[in-house]
Amino acid sequence: MATTAEGFDTHTDDHAHDADHKPGFFARWFMSTNHKDIGTLYLIFSIIAGIVGGGISGIMRAELAQPGIQILNQAIFMVGVGPENLDAALHHWNVLITAHGLIMVFFMVMPAMIGGFGNWFVPIMIGAPDMAFPRMNNISFWLTVAGFFSLLFSMFVPGGTGMGAGTGWTVYAPLSTTGSTGPAVDFAIFSLHLAGAGSILGATNFITTIFNMRAPGMTLHKMPLFVWSVLVTAFLLLLALPVLAAAITMLLTDRNFGTTFFDPAGGGDPILYQHLFWFFGHPEVYIMILPGFGMISQIISTFSRKPVFGYLGMAYAMVAIGVVGFIVWAHHMYTVGLDVNTKMYFTAATMVIAVPTGVKIFSWIATMWGGSIEFKSPMVWAIGMIFLFTVGGVTGVYLANGGIDDYVHDTYFVVAHFHYVLSMGAVFSMFAGFYYWFPKMSGRMHSELLSHLHFWVFFIGVNVIFFPMHFLGLDGMPRRYPDFTPAYAQWNEVASIGYMIMAASMVLFFANIIYAFVAGKKAPANPWGEGATTLEWTLSSPPPFHQFETLPVIKDEAHH
Amino acid sequence: MNSVTLDQKNLRTGILAILGALAMLGLGYAAVPLYNLFCRVTGFAGTTQRATEGEADAAAKAAQSIGGKTISIRFDATTSGDMPWTFRPDQTTDTVQIGVRDMATYFARNNSNEPITGTATFNVEPEQAGAYFNKIQCFCFTEQTLQPGQEVHMPVLYYVDPAALDDENMKGVEQITLSYTFHRAKDEGS
Repeated sequence: MATTAEGFDTHTDDHAHDADHKPGFFARWFMSTNHKDIGTLYLIFSIIAGIVGGGISGIMRAELAQPGIQILNQAIFMVGVGPENLDAALHHWNVLITAHGLIMVFFMVMPAMIGGFGNWFVPIMIGAPDMAFPRMNNISFWLTVAGFFSLLFSMFVPGGTGMGAGTGWTVYAPLSTTGSTGPAVDFAIFSLHLAGAGSILGATNFITTIFNMRAPGMTLHKMPLFVWSVLVTAFLLLLALPVLAAAITMLLTDRNFGTTFFDPAGGGDPILYQHLFWFFGHPEVYIMILPGFGMISQIISTFSRKPVFGYLGMAYAMVAIGVVGFIVWAHHMYTVGLDVNTKMYFTAATMVIAVPTGVKIFSWIATMWGGSIEFKSPMVWAIGMIFLFTVGGVTGVYLANGGIDDYVHDTYFVVAHFHYVLSMGAVFSMFAGFYYWFPKMSGRMHSELLSHLHFWVFFIGVNVIFFPMHFLGLDGMPRRYPDFTPAYAQWNEVASIGYMIMAASMVLFFANIIYAFVAGKKAPANPWGEGATTLEWTLSSPPPFHQFETLPVIKDEAHH
Repeated sequence: MNSVTLDQKNLRTGILAILGALAMLGLGYAAVPLYNLFCRVTGFAGTTQRATEGEADAAAKAAQSIGGKTISIRFDATTSGDMPWTFRPDQTTDTVQIGVRDMATYFARNNSNEPITGTATFNVEPEQAGAYFNKIQCFCFTEQTLQPGQEVHMPVLYYVDPAALDDENMKGVEQITLSYTFHRAKDEGS
């Protein structure tokens, strides 16, 4: 594909000593302007946030393992929570679900997909030396970190009924305005401002980099699909996040400065908040999955040793998903009182998204068809993602229907749906990408055995957690409650056992990373063979601190 | 790079992108008046319409041609949590001829020992009726101040637009519920 290649592997040793100056530890990791270092920081940050967010879901599953209140009323989790103050304990539940949602969305999935893999590989894949605005890149990262700390801090200040912001990740008014006195919700909103500002700057950076800094011959229609996915995602971020910023700023002024944007007493309307939130919120769910789509395309193509089937269709399917994603938001709010025609429109528009999504799923399968498939660790995760994302997509088509949603709205059926597309779709693609690029990023090979083991245990664990939630939801178990009638006890117990299986698989994941750094073989420039055709495989593993001292030139006949 | 360096080109693209983001931020705020306007114009979410005497007369004339169809109106009243008023309709239901104006009254009493200014929000159910429910006069058009213990009967003068009969979505609607909620007026210090 590229004409540079070969040379880099042998060059790097010299680079490390002469031309390839690395700054000292503090300057390198705290004032970083290098896209690879910032990418590494984002990945480490996202793993830490994932541990926090995943730990919180462990508390939630422990509470839900049996009917009744078992552990929320134990004072071990939060000051002021205890058997003597049941309200504060129940409020603590709301704080946990809020923190779990916000952390997983804003501080785990987004930093890993866009900040981590995007920063690492978008510049390399298009043959650029770095991002367009390296300093802004640094600001984006530290804004995200500050946002995370603001959210964590909010859990330890008063939020009305108890400590922390118990509004849900959607921060609906009036619960988030008149319903939650105390500074906790302000800190949670501020956290979203910071993370949002970081993401908007990051999106600007990606758009500029991809438009202006492609290597000679790297036309838009020759870009790897992962770069396409990040480009579309960056546009979604740029157009959706400011609307969230507007909505939560209105919340903030409603809370503190007496405005009445969402207060009927002053002529406002709480439903308007929901419209604004979901105008952001629906593109947001595509922001979380599109980079995953991009990674899956690279991986499936690599391990099938074939160019991806229907390249242009794949690229424009993502564009179509992004565009249509902006005009379907009200399917999250079918029960607020929309008239039949409005519901019909949003049902139809939502189901239209199944078309480009189907194009992607079938193109992945067609890429594998007739390929010489190798079941290396990234490939099994990628195939797992295709399967499980499709399961979540199918329940998504159910839920798109206004009539069905009236029945299962805010039940565990919805919880099952969005965990199938996110904690399986997005997370499986992140693990696939991690195992795909880990040798490239670290220079060490991970253990294939541990990766496969991680896959199977994780696969079983998450399915045991979330599949029973479909049954619970159809039986009418509402979401966002710490307690339930004993009728739902059996499947909840099963789900909590699934959580323990999933948690065990994470031990394998961390063991694998430790193994790689302690005893892992040195990774060659291209450990995955001739199927890996994108530019990152022409560089050494890890790539030199400043890459492409010879500008790569992409030949006309090169495929993607 | 020819006359334009890469840095300049990047700066231009970056600024365009940030401007795009700022435009969306503005659009977020513009959504507030636009949403309000949208609800008033379309009757979305059961927002009722305001009509003049002239429009009411025209509707009454139009109604004569369709021959005295009637519809039931149910009246509903609530107060927000911090509002120490008794507030209820004087009649629970009323059957009116479509197109013909009718008057309903609501009763309110200030149970506190201080004067309180209230403002009423309103809508109708089912929400597709919002576009056809016209008020000529209503206590909800202005703020109401009640002295301690004061009682009032407040009128609403309304009619149902005969155009409702041509709307497919209004078929099967036999009763419209008109609902009011009294809030403390926001500018009143309390």
